[in-house]
Amino acid sequence: MMHPSANLRRAFTATMSAALLLLTVPAYTQGAGDPVFSPGYRFAEKTGEQLFANVCRACHMSDAKGATGAGTYPSLAGDSNLVSSGYPVGIVVNGQRGMPAFGEVMSDDQVAAVVNYVRTHFGNSYQDAVTAEDVRAVRR
Amino acid sequence: MPNEPVTVSRRDLLSLIGTLSGSAAMYQAMTSLGFAADSGYKGPIKLDGDPKGASVLILGAGLAGMTAALELRKAGYRVQILEFNSRAGGRNWTLRGGDSFTELGGVTQTCEFEQGLYLNPGPWRIPRHHRAVLDYCRRLGVALEPFTQLNHNAFLHATGAFGGAPQRIREIKADFQGQVSELLAKVTQQGRLDELVTKEDRETLMQALRSWGALDRNYAYKANLNSAEARGYVKDPGGGLTAVPIPSEPIALSDILKSRLWRHLQNFARYNFQTTMFQPVGGMDMIGKAFVREVGEVIRYDAKVTRIQQDEHGVTVTYTDLKAPGMPQQARADWCICTIPLPILGQLPVNVGGRMKAAIDAVPYSSSVKIGLQFKRRFWEEDEAIYGGISYTDLPIQQIAYPNSGYNSGGKGVLLGAYIFGPNAFEFTSLPPAERIARAVEFGAAIHPQYRAKYENGVSVAWHRMPFTMGCAGDWSEAARAEHYANLCQIDGRIVLAGEHASYIPAWQEGAILSSLDAIARLHERVVKA
Repeated sequence: MMHPSANLRRAFTATMSAALLLLTVPAYTQGAGDPVFSPGYRFAEKTGEQLFANVCRACHMSDAKGATGAGTYPSLAGDSNLVSSGYPVGIVVNGQRGMPAFGEVMSDDQVAAVVNYVRTHFGNSYQDAVTAEDVRAVRR
Repeated sequence: MPNEPVTVSRRDLLSLIGTLSGSAAMYQAMTSLGFAADSGYKGPIKLDGDPKGASVLILGAGLAGMTAALELRKAGYRVQILEFNSRAGGRNWTLRGGDSFTELGGVTQTCEFEQGLYLNPGPWRIPRHHRAVLDYCRRLGVALEPFTQLNHNAFLHATGAFGGAPQRIREIKADFQGQVSELLAKVTQQGRLDELVTKEDRETLMQALRSWGALDRNYAYKANLNSAEARGYVKDPGGGLTAVPIPSEPIALSDILKSRLWRHLQNFARYNFQTTMFQPVGGMDMIGKAFVREVGEVIRYDAKVTRIQQDEHGVTVTYTDLKAPGMPQQARADWCICTIPLPILGQLPVNVGGRMKAAIDAVPYSSSVKIGLQFKRRFWEEDEAIYGGISYTDLPIQQIAYPNSGYNSGGKGVLLGAYIFGPNAFEFTSLPPAERIARAVEFGAAIHPQYRAKYENGVSVAWHRMPFTMGCAGDWSEAARAEHYANLCQIDGRIVLAGEHASYIPAWQEGAILSSLDAIARLHERVVKA
């Protein structure tokens, strides 16, 4: 096919990590709210809003309400599972079932930013912000 | 017997090699003696013995499911298939003009390609060593043609290199080879390899570098008719008074290294991508359609599985008829072969053991996006002499692939305008389909400026948005494989899983078929021995 086999993923990781060393490669950003296209193997988005709009939205949709086909992407809107901040941090970092692990492709700051964004938007208003230290603590 | 020549039978030799060197060496030797097949495929499966009227319920009419159906029916089983989509094939899929599909999020795209043009949004190439896929193509009458993985005249492109101008693969490949050869020849001449290489080998090495790197008699890689035969000419040899060729100037080693274009060369060197590769004539779904001719009558379409429940006598699967939702339906059989992609299976109530359940939950699916673009004319052929193959770029579209058929025919053409993995795949998936396509046209125009004037229409498949897979393919980590792979593949009571995710070659159709053959062989053994 389609060929992201483990081998290729390793190859991709290696070449894209090498590309990251080239600091001259720009992120294809045109302005606030415009899509971000990361130049390497790690996400270049900085804010929680950018991360949600360019990464999470792929499956959870613009309104964070998810979608259903043969299976379901769960809704994050008005989500009582987000009460405990450690739960979304763990899932973003380590993945769970269909949810890929983003720990290797997002920094502690990025994970904290996107978790804080989701926990304060889409009908969620949890005010206890997550810090980069909290994220570091759940990395396996 | 003193005069008898010393001979060793192949079998004796193999057992000797096996004893002395272990199974890997023995397998290697078997291959070179013509005994073993490349992918582990041993030819058409033989399911001898009486299944005594046993029934099998197969979930998913992709290549894994339909392979199981075809072979089990032949062996005497009663077989039925439940399929979520209104078509068979799964990821074995081709989009042509008039086809429409709805992605998660609700946007429906209708493909507007001209008749005869298509996009393979899933698998699109078959390596020469994927013997199971090739054998089913032969047995089911699917015509193949070459898939061009390496076209020396296609481009390598980096935004920050060579002023953003795309470079011909031929030039980067020849110059990297030539410059490295020159460097190694210099080092050899300076005596710095004396301790590593014997004098005799050094002399041969110098000959080899001159030949392989297109070096001149002083072992330099320079513009001349010899290097031009590797990297091309400013003016090709011709006829008549204007015939004199003009060689081209090689790119300096430092410029090649800084450009990082060398990183794409592995795409032509790796085992899975070495020539010869194939594609079915007319679209990859010719394989799925050929299977449907064999097993189509046992497929129930539009069936969304909601529950898989086994007991000591069989398996009951509950499903919704998507064309007439209402009362849940049930299907039951003695055994169940489940090919449902793991992100979906992980959400279903399935009463398998804890180990298999943990394995199902341990494999996320990779993200990938393909975008097909139709253009008014085949400018890549007419203007740039690119006939098939793939250009690679560091732009987010990552690849542009040219059609491997209909060459030199004039008229319209469809390019694969993006084939994306990694972060860019999530970023493209997050965009509405129309914007994905617009961005692909915008990025691609940096490589082919004709894009802007010649673009007509496009179609975009983001695999995480596909309701029937919810991802591209099983993305196994080495740790997950070590802990869970065997548990995923074991027969659990009356249920066994199959699909590319239950293979060591995920995302390849060969993996789907091999996993299916392995599963039914084990299941059949159980049935016959019972």
